Amino acid sequence: MAERTLRLLVAKPGLDGHDRGAKIVARAFRDAGFEVIYTGLRQTPEQIVGTAIQEDVDAVTLSILSGAHNTLFPRVVNLLREKGAGDIPVFGGGIIPEDDIPGLKEAGVMEIFTPGTSTEVIVQWVKDNIKPQA
Amino acid sequence: MSLAEKILQGDIRAAARLMRHVDDGMPGAVEELKRLYPYTGKAYIVGVTGPPGAGKSTLTDKLIEAFRSKNLKVGVVAVDPTSPFSGGAILGDRIRMNRHATDPGVFIRSLGTRGHLGGLSNSANDVVHILDAMGMDVVIVETVGVGQDEVEIVRTAHTTLVVMVPGLGDDIQAIKAGILEIGDIFVVNKADRPDADRTARDLSIMVDMKERSADEWCPPVVMTVAQKSDGLDALVEQVEAHRTYLQAEERLQRHEEEKSRQRFSELLKERLFAQVFSRIDAEDRVKDIVQAVARRNIDPYTAVEEILKSHLR
Repeated sequence: MAERTLRLLVAKPGLDGHDRGAKIVARAFRDAGFEVIYTGLRQTPEQIVGTAIQEDVDAVTLSILSGAHNTLFPRVVNLLREKGAGDIPVFGGGIIPEDDIPGLKEAGVMEIFTPGTSTEVIVQWVKDNIKPQA
Repeated sequence: MSLAEKILQGDIRAAARLMRHVDDGMPGAVEELKRLYPYTGKAYIVGVTGPPGAGKSTLTDKLIEAFRSKNLKVGVVAVDPTSPFSGGAILGDRIRMNRHATDPGVFIRSLGTRGHLGGLSNSANDVVHILDAMGMDVVIVETVGVGQDEVEIVRTAHTTLVVMVPGLGDDIQAIKAGILEIGDIFVVNKADRPDADRTARDLSIMVDMKERSADEWCPPVVMTVAQKSDGLDALVEQVEAHRTYLQAEERLQRHEEEKSRQRFSELLKERLFAQVFSRIDAEDRVKDIVQAVARRNIDPYTAVEEILKSHLR
């Protein structure tokens, strides 16, 4: 009876107006049997963190194509910590130079997927690394 | 400290967590709900239902704004469909209302139907109770996009809005049974589209066809363009008028009793079945009974009667 469904937030922070990638990932998550809460475009880190808490998600997935990843990823991670929700992991993807990835991981981002990654790889990574909150 | 105690002290994460436990059917959740129950019954519950794409989420967003401007705390339960194939879901109602995500006076929760028919999820009523116990003044429940027969919302909500859009069907659609029977208020949204007047007229004629006693509520038809907030004031006025109507002559109390009757019978059915079934399952008798019925050695009615005789005294 008590089989837990994984709940993931897929969010688009910042100003870029392209969410095709986010939608493809959301759809892949749906097909993998996860519940996906999708926020739509142009969310502030505050909105994303508020949503993550109200929806009690197991992870926050950010899609960023605007180049502002070095600001936005750490901002979301830190805000979650400030709100007492630092246990919610953050991962994501977008147009992100390889050189920026180590810094983002240091800032607390669990994983970064770059363009060209297949959705199977992402789904498998989620299955291996994200567990339903107890 | 239990989740329930934390929730009563205003802990948002605890509330979100209990909703999760309820949704996943975790055994401990029921104990927490029992502790919260005495603190429920204060929120006013507004249902928003209608076909997919009618603008339910946008309308909900505007209703949140309207209630917030009266300084009321608002909870939202938004239901979207779960895939019958993968069990997954994309819950996207928030897209239209996420500007409220940082308002401490608003709590929005998305739910997947998870196989439940009727327009809500199994957990929806309990999630409404949690929001109620959190001190929300108004709880808006947005159903999944419904067709004709998903009418469960009437048993949850005090005031049910049925949201329609122009061009969905003719006046015969309007006299069929189903969701058009449950509206306390009918909303013709996207009323800037052609044929909006006709849709509103068809609905009015349908409403007028029903015979009512002089003091009975007659569902108004309100035209809105939710995206531009057109007609929202009139809609909120009608919600308040319906609330005033319910508060008179103990109607609200009768509504609560009816709701409680439904909930009690549902739970009784669920629990009785689970208890009896788990016992005959433990005795390994299910397979034998099923085979006997399939081979026509016994009819299903007698099979059930015998089980009831031996397990319920």
